[in-house]
Amino acid sequence: MTSIAKPPVRHPGLRKNAIGFTQRDYEGAMSTLCAGCGHDSVTAALVQACWELDLPPHRAAKMSGIGCSSKTTAYFMKQSHGFNSVHGRMPSVTSGANAANRGLTYIGISGDGDSLSIGLGQLCHAIRRNVRMLYVIDNNGVYGLTKGQFSASADIGSTSKKGEANVQPPIDPVLLALTLGVTFVARSFSGDKAQLIPILKAGLSHNGLALVDIISPCVTFNDHDGSTKSYKFTREHDVEISTADFVPLRHEIRAPETDSAVNVVTMHDGSVVRFRKTHEGYNPTDRESAYAHVRACQQRHEVATGLLFIDESGSDMHAVSRTVPTPLVDLTHHELCPGNAALQSLMEKYR
Amino acid sequence: MSGVNDFAFKMATVNGTGSASANSLLMQAIFRMGIPVTGKNLFPSNIQGLPTFYEIRVSKDGYTARPSEIDLVVTLNPSTYAKDVASVTPGGYLLYDSSWPLEPELVREGVTIRGIPFGKMCVDNFVRDRDRTLLRNIVYAGALAAFLKIDMDIVSQMLVEKFSKKKALFDANNTAIKLGYDYASNNYQCPLPFHLEQMDETKDSIIIDGNTSAALGAVYAGATVGAWYPITPSTSLMEAFTMFCRKFRTDPETGLGKYCILQAEDELSAAGIAIGAGWAGARAFTNTSGPGISLMQEFIGLAYYTEIPAVFYDIQRTGPSTGMPTRTQQADLLSLAYASHGDTKHIVLFPCSPEECFYMSPMAFDLADRFQTPVFVASDLDIGMNDWMCRRLTWDDAYVPDRGKCLTAADLESVKKFSRYLDAEGDGIAARSLPGVHGNGAYFVRGSGHDKHGMYTEDSDSYQEVVDRLARKFKLAATKVPAPEFHRVANADVGIVSLGGCHAAILEALDKMKALGINADYMRIRAFPFDTPVREFLDAHQTIFVVEQNRDAQLRSLLAIETGKPRDDMISVLDYGGMPLTARVVVSAVTATLTPAG
Ligand SMILES: Cc1ncc(C[n+]2csc(CCOP(=O)(O)OP(=O)(O)O)c2C)c(N)n1
Ligand code: SF4
Ligand SMILES: [Mg+2]
Repeated sequence: MTSIAKPPVRHPGLRKNAIGFTQRDYEGAMSTLCAGCGHDSVTAALVQACWELDLPPHRAAKMSGIGCSSKTTAYFMKQSHGFNSVHGRMPSVTSGANAANRGLTYIGISGDGDSLSIGLGQLCHAIRRNVRMLYVIDNNGVYGLTKGQFSASADIGSTSKKGEANVQPPIDPVLLALTLGVTFVARSFSGDKAQLIPILKAGLSHNGLALVDIISPCVTFNDHDGSTKSYKFTREHDVEISTADFVPLRHEIRAPETDSAVNVVTMHDGSVVRFRKTHEGYNPTDRESAYAHVRACQQRHEVATGLLFIDESGSDMHAVSRTVPTPLVDLTHHELCPGNAALQSLMEKYR
Repeated sequence: MSGVNDFAFKMATVNGTGSASANSLLMQAIFRMGIPVTGKNLFPSNIQGLPTFYEIRVSKDGYTARPSEIDLVVTLNPSTYAKDVASVTPGGYLLYDSSWPLEPELVREGVTIRGIPFGKMCVDNFVRDRDRTLLRNIVYAGALAAFLKIDMDIVSQMLVEKFSKKKALFDANNTAIKLGYDYASNNYQCPLPFHLEQMDETKDSIIIDGNTSAALGAVYAGATVGAWYPITPSTSLMEAFTMFCRKFRTDPETGLGKYCILQAEDELSAAGIAIGAGWAGARAFTNTSGPGISLMQEFIGLAYYTEIPAVFYDIQRTGPSTGMPTRTQQADLLSLAYASHGDTKHIVLFPCSPEECFYMSPMAFDLADRFQTPVFVASDLDIGMNDWMCRRLTWDDAYVPDRGKCLTAADLESVKKFSRYLDAEGDGIAARSLPGVHGNGAYFVRGSGHDKHGMYTEDSDSYQEVVDRLARKFKLAATKVPAPEFHRVANADVGIVSLGGCHAAILEALDKMKALGINADYMRIRAFPFDTPVREFLDAHQTIFVVEQNRDAQLRSLLAIETGKPRDDMISVLDYGGMPLTARVVVSAVTATLTPAG
């Protein structure tokens, strides 16, 4: 399954973004996933989101663990560094990279096995640390790469391809993240680009960890009738709380802010997220109601989607650590080394 | 052997009762008298209530190894009375708390007993329970000052320095010191036959532990990211790094620091953070001990294969498993050298003292950057946590970090196709590019099979090309890591090989053996992998002793595996009970082998 580089085809007519890149410039190597895999749709949404955000590709870093989902970091933004680490450990590697260079945009891609089983601890602690990153879980309810075992997000009663039913309760990353104090959490569906792209853009602009749980069906092992992570099930049970609309800083805000149906959240860099409510009384800045809503949907066998909670006032890892604004990698040795004179006066303390 | 400025004494107390400050007061006072001194804290893995010991060795000749004999013991813990008495050398002394009747267990032929009512004096002079407990330690320090002739002016000066801002504490400590001093002087012949006399041998020295000096070395090396999970005996390394970063790297106005220290959720994460930061271009490290090294295995292999620099301080403790967390050992040698699954080999440095912990820190970061690989600093509990006397540390302000082959934006500007693992210069080291620098340097780190361009591969030749280059890189590293330290004598009968914290005891043993007519050459291994001089030394001696602190002769195995010298041609001297090595262990093992039993 060697990834094949695409021949460079020029499309002079392709539209360029503000920094002169076409959408094609945000693509990567050819995907080696199964045809129809939800993960490829997520990749496509990411390509568009990054292009629309005018993100300089070389200033982004794509981080992942191991799994079909984690492979997808090779399939977008070929001009960005990528780090395909070890199973379940993407969050720690991203924490370290971000500690060293806070100037980059970190895009973490993980799977439900990667983040909810082997890497559950790392996910939880990255949330607590509030590492500034977009954290995508391509959630298909199975271990795709190891051929279809149940993952920790499989619902009770959900059946495998061979027909056996899952008996253990699922871990819902959204509920988990809300209890852990996440400052941005959303859920979407790989098949719903219109909803997904604004969410990804808002997540990429969030000043902290932005968790996006994306139901992303595995067509090979988990897209049959008994599955609750199939295209069919998700389409039929999706409950969208609000249409989120992301407006980056540089773009003019056109909708009237007085519109009472629109809830506006301003992000740390001045960008805004506008929620057009479809669900009565939903407040995306209130953790308790977000939790209650997701639980209520769950009990009705519905999947709550949309940008479910956002808190732009939280402190990210660097604010908590009280790190200088300059990325640590940009500091010279001269700025870091106290020198011999300081050492000699220190030595007096050890006498 | 004991005499003026040449003896050892020991305090046997209960942990959690505050004896540490009294012990370091004593040690520092002796140091300030210009007399070479070392302290060994032999403490339990517990917070309060278990036996703890502190040994202080005074050596006019500058020996810093754990003493082979104890001349005086202060026994304040009834539960260890029997052992304490047994540990005193014949002709030695025992100091006990005579507030209570003398226990028959404490009486031993040939050991002189001195009773001092520490507890009673504290009850009579101090009101609060806490003071009565804590100051008992200061009272015994005062008594020892009288018995050993510690300069009281120095002691008073130290109390002034320590409690300059706390008058009440100063007064209490001053009273306590005098109580002990006066009681001993008024009731017994002072000083004892072995005692202290002013010298001038410590003015260029300091007293420091290896974790503090390693952390200081990391600061000077320019490390900016530290990740860790608490574990004895490595915790104090990150605590010291934090302290030094606050002192040297924090803007007094903004309070913002030029460092990022993350206490991770476990050692897997700590390793991941260090590797992520190393990949992003920072000098990053993690500090841990055996159990943590076990957890980090998968990540270590990733960093090795994807060629990411990071420094791992392993402050070894007694294994296997949880083992004895507060006892020392050198039993991680093999697990460090070949850490992780698959064909892996790593650079490991073996500091022998706190002094070397400092100097090996920048070396470790330089080697990690230059060879783009994890580098281990294998210290141990004895080096890391005990107070060693060593030479004052100095720093060369001309030092420039060796960041290895790291492409700049200008380098990358003209690059058409960046191949991350291409051996362009034929030395086995490929140039790396850091994220965020230039789009032309983008590549995909993968722990899965990759070819020299960094692309995924399952092709045998492409795979082998990369791992063969890694082997070449490792060979080159053998010539760039710190070379062994050789001590040679004329007409050597035997060769001794050792490493790390054994060094002090070996140096002392060499002198002792010389007095017995045994001439020994000594090679102190300072790093893995080994270069040719290591094998040459092994071949140049008919009899080779390999001295190390583990059960399975791991250094000897490493020597055999890597140099080809037959394992059974080297005689092992093993000391693995968890205590720092003494010269006596080495001398007896060597003499026993050389002198045919008869
Ligand atoms: C330590 C370790 N254990 C097991 C594996 C095998 N493994 C590879 S991917 C995977 C599961 C991936 O599941 P998920 O994260 O849900 O990704 P998906 O393939 O479903 O997208 C497992 C168990 C591994 N790579 N490493
Ligand atoms: S196995 Fe499933 S998750 Fe993996 S690529 Fe195929 S469809 Fe996608
Ligand atoms: Mg999955």
